[in-house]
Amino acid sequence: MLEAITSKTMEAVSRALLVGFARFISGASVRYINCQPDTNQRIYFANHTSHLDALVIWSLLPHDVRMLTRPVAARDYWERGRLKPYLAKHVFGAMLIDRQNIKVHQSPVDLMLREIGDRYSIIVFPEGHRNTGSEIDEFKSGLYYLAKKRPDLELVPVHIDNLNRVLPRGEFLPVPLLSCVTFGPPIWLEAGEPKVEFLKKAREAVRKLKDV
Amino acid sequence: MDSFDLPTFWIFTTLLMVLTAATVVGQMLRRQTELGVNPAVVEQFNLRVRSWWMLTAMLAVGFLLGPSVTVALFGGLSFWALREFITLTPTRIADHRTLFWVFFVFTPLQFYLVATGQYEVYSILIPVYAFLFIPARIALAGDFKRYLERCTTIQTGLMICVYCLSYAPALQSIPLKDAQPVRLLLFFFIIVALSDAFHYACEKLLGKHLIAPAISQNKTWEGFLGGLGCASLAGMALYWASPFRAPQAAMMAALISAMGYCGGLTMSAIKRDRGVKDYGTLLVGHSGVLDRIDSICFAAPVFYHATKYLVTQGLT
Repeated sequence: MLEAITSKTMEAVSRALLVGFARFISGASVRYINCQPDTNQRIYFANHTSHLDALVIWSLLPHDVRMLTRPVAARDYWERGRLKPYLAKHVFGAMLIDRQNIKVHQSPVDLMLREIGDRYSIIVFPEGHRNTGSEIDEFKSGLYYLAKKRPDLELVPVHIDNLNRVLPRGEFLPVPLLSCVTFGPPIWLEAGEPKVEFLKKAREAVRKLKDV
Repeated sequence: MDSFDLPTFWIFTTLLMVLTAATVVGQMLRRQTELGVNPAVVEQFNLRVRSWWMLTAMLAVGFLLGPSVTVALFGGLSFWALREFITLTPTRIADHRTLFWVFFVFTPLQFYLVATGQYEVYSILIPVYAFLFIPARIALAGDFKRYLERCTTIQTGLMICVYCLSYAPALQSIPLKDAQPVRLLLFFFIIVALSDAFHYACEKLLGKHLIAPAISQNKTWEGFLGGLGCASLAGMALYWASPFRAPQAAMMAALISAMGYCGGLTMSAIKRDRGVKDYGTLLVGHSGVLDRIDSICFAAPVFYHATKYLVTQGLT
């Protein structure tokens, strides 16, 4: 009993520390363009440039929204070492996805949908890998299947600017520059919309937020 | 906490009065529309006044808790200004480790040396050692694209945001006869603030001839000279709070005013080059620290050395 309470307190403290750290180190300013923070079920999809992306988006959400939002992250990265698994599991409740070992009945999309139920929102990076260039890569089709199976979820585009300079690929020490995270107006999968068209639309929705 | 000596008390009171007056004028201008003052300029002025209030609060906290707290607070300010500067300059991914050194070694070290009063080291740490370290570290990272430009921008950021600004809290360490260390700092700040305000006022009232039209549409010769004149009168009027004689105080105030103006002009040039108007605008939600402290950065080291020269030569 007591142990359960202390570990809950520990988690809450680590969560507050992690949020503070992520906000400080990313120096992020947040913009909501035709979009409001809300606790209804959403899929946040963003461009991916740094290991910090998921953590920063998650930290910038208001507290009640954050508690219902789970970043989707790569199992092979977050299960290495001792601190990262603790953070992923207990502190920011990441949904770990196996990138190497995808089976028919364990497809990431099904797994995600099962885990979020009718309660949680998720943060995904449809590029599927961290991008080092300045242009956003083609989106993988997972986002399309998510939208198709759960048409009730709001798809919120998120653009992350400058975070790749805070913690570039292959570096482990962050440099505290200032970044900017923009949440845009939700999009939906139209009835009968082809996959390619939809993914292009989604990618454009993220890209557009850069220039707003 | 030291007890207030009388001139320190009065100079602090004066600073509060000046800020109150500036706040009142700023708010009146905001409500007043028929005067035809550009609302953007008034907004700028009000933001600047607000930042002066925050700096004054910082000085008050530093005074209550001791000089090293003042140094630490300025260290924080430097850190934030440097973030803005580097964010807006085009460094490359290969500069990452160099930047880590700049942020987490050179910046804290500079302020640590200022806090412990090691002038011989902190006066050369960045101009000499960082100057040698940065190009070497970038070369080591093996990316030669725009090499000189990257070295220069990082070094410039470090010089302006860290080295120059660190001379403001260092003013406390100049040995003065029977005066509190904080008083020189207060004199410096009140002159920088007044000079900023006078520049604004003179530009709005008299401004005609632009100094550098390509760089700034606000900076005029009338504003520069008017601000300079008013600031030196203010310096003379406040000489009792400084270690200087009246004419010296006027000269010092003119020096601060001129340097502060150059600071604003330099920052405008950098911003023009980077295609932004304010350091704050690209980064929504941040007030743009660098926009507010440019005049302090340029005036502090020059004022420090001039004062030290006069004091050590026994001319005051």
